[in-house]
Amino acid sequence: MVQLLLVHLVAAAVAPVLVRFLGRNAFLVLALAPASALAWLLSVAADVRAGNGPVQRVSWVPGLGLDLDFRLTTLSWVLALLVTGVGALVLFYCRWYFTATDPTLWRFTAVFTAFAGAMLGLVLTDNFLVLYVFWELTTVFSYLLIGHNPASSTNRRAAMQALIVTTLGGLAMLVGIIALGVRHSYRISEVVAHPPALDAVTIGAVVLLLVGALSKSALVPFHFWLPGAMAAPTPVSAYLHAAAMVKAGVYLVALLAPAFAGAPGWHALTVGLGLFTMLVGGWRALRQYDIKLLLAYGTVSQLGFMVALAGLGTREGGLAALALVVSHAFFKSTLFLTVGVIDRSTGTRDLRELSGVGRRLLPLSVPAVLAALSMAGIPPLAGFVAKEAALQAGLEAASDGVPFAAAWGWLMTVTLVVGSILTVAYSTRFVWGAFARKPGMPLTPVRVPHPGFLLAPLLLGVGSLLVGLLAPLEHPWLLPYAQQLVRGAPPALLALWHGFTPALGLSALAIAIGVGLFVWRDRVGRVQRAVPPLVDGERAYARFMRGLDVGAVEVTARTQRGSLPFYLATIVFVFVALPGMAALLRGSVGPVRLWDTPAQAVVGAVIVVACVLVLLTDRRLASVMLVGVTGYGVSTLFILHGAPDLAITQMLVETVSLVVFVLALRRLPTRFERHERSLRRRLRVLLGIAFGASVAAVILVASAARHVVPVSIDFPEQAHSFGHGSNIVNVTLVDIRAWDTLGEVSVLVAAATGIASLIFVKTRNTRLSTASEQAIAPTEPTRGTWLRGGRTLRRERRSVMFEVVTRLIFHIMIAVSLYVLFSGHNLPGGGFAGGLVAGLALVVRYLAGGRYELDEAAPFDAGLAVGIGLLIVVLAALAPLAFGGTILQSAVFDFTLPPWGEVHLVTSAIFDMGVYLIVFGMMLDIVRSLGTGIDRQISAERRAEAEV
Amino acid sequence: MPPRTMAELVLERLAPAPAAGEPTISSSLAPNLVLVVVVAVLVAAGVFLLLDRSLVRVLLGTLLIGNGVSVLFLVSGGASGKPPFYGTPATEMSDPLPQAMVLTAIVISLATIGFLLALSYRLWQVSGTDNVPDDIEDEQLQELADLDEPSATFDVGEESTTTSDELAEERS
Repeated sequence: MVQLLLVHLVAAAVAPVLVRFLGRNAFLVLALAPASALAWLLSVAADVRAGNGPVQRVSWVPGLGLDLDFRLTTLSWVLALLVTGVGALVLFYCRWYFTATDPTLWRFTAVFTAFAGAMLGLVLTDNFLVLYVFWELTTVFSYLLIGHNPASSTNRRAAMQALIVTTLGGLAMLVGIIALGVRHSYRISEVVAHPPALDAVTIGAVVLLLVGALSKSALVPFHFWLPGAMAAPTPVSAYLHAAAMVKAGVYLVALLAPAFAGAPGWHALTVGLGLFTMLVGGWRALRQYDIKLLLAYGTVSQLGFMVALAGLGTREGGLAALALVVSHAFFKSTLFLTVGVIDRSTGTRDLRELSGVGRRLLPLSVPAVLAALSMAGIPPLAGFVAKEAALQAGLEAASDGVPFAAAWGWLMTVTLVVGSILTVAYSTRFVWGAFARKPGMPLTPVRVPHPGFLLAPLLLGVGSLLVGLLAPLEHPWLLPYAQQLVRGAPPALLALWHGFTPALGLSALAIAIGVGLFVWRDRVGRVQRAVPPLVDGERAYARFMRGLDVGAVEVTARTQRGSLPFYLATIVFVFVALPGMAALLRGSVGPVRLWDTPAQAVVGAVIVVACVLVLLTDRRLASVMLVGVTGYGVSTLFILHGAPDLAITQMLVETVSLVVFVLALRRLPTRFERHERSLRRRLRVLLGIAFGASVAAVILVASAARHVVPVSIDFPEQAHSFGHGSNIVNVTLVDIRAWDTLGEVSVLVAAATGIASLIFVKTRNTRLSTASEQAIAPTEPTRGTWLRGGRTLRRERRSVMFEVVTRLIFHIMIAVSLYVLFSGHNLPGGGFAGGLVAGLALVVRYLAGGRYELDEAAPFDAGLAVGIGLLIVVLAALAPLAFGGTILQSAVFDFTLPPWGEVHLVTSAIFDMGVYLIVFGMMLDIVRSLGTGIDRQISAERRAEAEV
Repeated sequence: MPPRTMAELVLERLAPAPAAGEPTISSSLAPNLVLVVVVAVLVAAGVFLLLDRSLVRVLLGTLLIGNGVSVLFLVSGGASGKPPFYGTPATEMSDPLPQAMVLTAIVISLATIGFLLALSYRLWQVSGTDNVPDDIEDEQLQELADLDEPSATFDVGEESTTTSDELAEERS
């Protein structure tokens, strides 16, 4: 059975290609997918009837109870026959329904085939979770099919409406499935064979499952989505109404009825709502002028009928439900396909414009009339047989000894008669509206359709007749399902003639009154208009959706203020209010030390003073300098603490960032704007103090709470034996905690890319320009200069001393950076510090010689350095896998390499080289963006001004 | 006697009451008050700047908070000591783990500086100021909320999806 689904999947996948080569004929090929499934289903018919249908179990996620279980029972077999049979015929029909030039055919074919596959999976599976997956797949595909023509807003809304309503039910169903599955089983056959005890949870689960079924089958109050779904192309409607989608709800009710028909609430939801829906649908169908919409409301009515029968829970009811499902599939598909042909041949579906079509299109009208008679329940058609059985089931239930069950039986019998009256009336209205020659109206011009277009409705219409005539032969194939049910007597044989029974009398009564309703339709219409609509699900839905949206706007407007300070203040406030307050009020503080050395207090005082001054000044550069002071102060604290690596790195970063600040801020105003209300300022001061106090309190409390030895206590040993290095901090970075470093350098790459894209906007890879290409003033001497780029600077910006020094120290700095990189394993340093030194060398070149000098120094794209660096890091991390190691494992190689002699190479040094390149590339990006990039924008603006 | 890990050795030393004057791990983990004050001042000043409208001040605030957190890591590592190199006894050494964490944080703060400066510059270039404005869409949303209107993307079609003449007829 998995194979059948795969066939559909493959067909859906190749459908666009088929359309590309075959055009509309692709439908004929695609029809083979459901047709092949149909053939297989017929081949196993005898097994299914004997009660040992094929079973297939593929383990998928056994831990979740999610397995690809498939099985064929009578119920699923019948449904699968309809799904595949009608599916194949509808695809065949599509070949003529669509125009050859339809540009969306490739999408439609794929979605439709996939939809057919999902529907088949839904009825074949024996696992509730898989059922849910297919259930929602049909929802999604039907959404795409209903919204096939998205140009119309009504279509879009209809599709969205169907999606939301059925998904809502689907979610309720999922909860029910899980409640059932966790406590009992996810396997459908097991639940049906051994139903769990009806405790509160099980009853809740069953009710939720029914909500899913009712929403899918468009019962009141969900009924409105189905007429809306008329926005879909007519073949889709035919399939949706006759065999797929809405039948899923009936299927689920029928599936669960043997196990849960006795559950409290079951009858109210299935029989009660079903019968009510039958009346609502029939009532509204009687008023339609669009024959397609008339059929749609007819479907709503019939779905209510089917769900009510399936929910009744007696053997007779079960058999009648299944017979009705079969007859409905035949007549409803015929009628919809007929509407499609009429629509295509005349250009209208309005019964006030159609006249005399029946005689012009006899091969169409004959099967359509057969189908309509079947719908109305007229002998000798299939619908009559099913309705007789249904009336029989109602009467039998009415004579049940249990008063409660009998009440449902009476209700059903009476409602069936009333519903049948409406059905007869709207069936007649359909036939008259679509085909009759109306007095005083001109004949509708008809384009004679291709015979192939008429084949599918013809076959299905004749099917209605055959199933009716041969009903006794159908009986044994449906009977095994009825025997699963426990209540009621064994059902009577499905047949046209049972003698003069009460059911026959009721049928005759219904037909007579129904025809009467049609004959006096004008009077009936007046009465109908006088009655206000009883349930308007669509308006309620629209009101609810609007309320939801307004509510969402309200909530968003309250929480999402759009103000950065507001958001940040919220974060700060939460920190103060929760961990801060907890620490301040309930925390206990352990022993503290004043300082390690008095020097810490001196440095600390400098930092504090700088902090206070930052708050007071409104000069940009001064603020930057003062923040720099705190940075150098912290670096000094690192030295005092015994952290030379940190001190070096912090010093380098502070130096670089000062330069970067100056480069970026050169165009911004020198002072910060001051226009803040004092209240706001006071609030900021308050939050700042509260935050500082909270942090201090948290540190003190957290330190006192410590009682385990630090993990780093074993780091020296690990660094030496596994990392082969002495500098524990560096080995931690490139070996012990290298995963962290890998993440952090990725952040650097992202930041570097972000900086470049903010300044260059479109691409980082701007054309590099070397000094030699630039127009250098010919009077400038070309020899004897220290830096080539220096000549591009204006005279007043040049400094010979700076150029000389730069020329002298640049290569030394690069050499130092490499030394810092490689010695870092055993001495202070490493990839981060080395990359910073190399970057600093670039900064010096830029400052001394300008942007052209920078391009001379680094004649490549910064992205190259960053990218290669990241590549090296990742390769170095993965390489040990190739030698049977683990990711990021280090190895050491000792060998002699003249002229250096003994070489002690640890592989993690390669990782560190990647880090070095990334840091270097990031620095290049920063200087090139905030230096060169802004330079260029300045000179471009100057040129523009000069031209003006 | 089987070889023991460093942690076992330390735990052994933790258990008995330490001899007077001898430094132990437990006493060396006590927080350093001066550094705690420095942290508090740095983050307090940082938060003040963070809540400013000017993006450059927000950046400076971030840097101050970053510096504060770096020192916080030092506090969490316990007492100062000799630089963490193999060969130094563990009890005399400063804790290497917070240092490794801070080291990457420092370099990332440089990336932050570059990014936020580029952002400030861009903001200035586009709007003539580096003050962060309130989000216009959010302001519009607040107007909608005051009017009890649905959002702009809400599909407000009035006509029924089951457009039928029965309804049209009722209206007329």
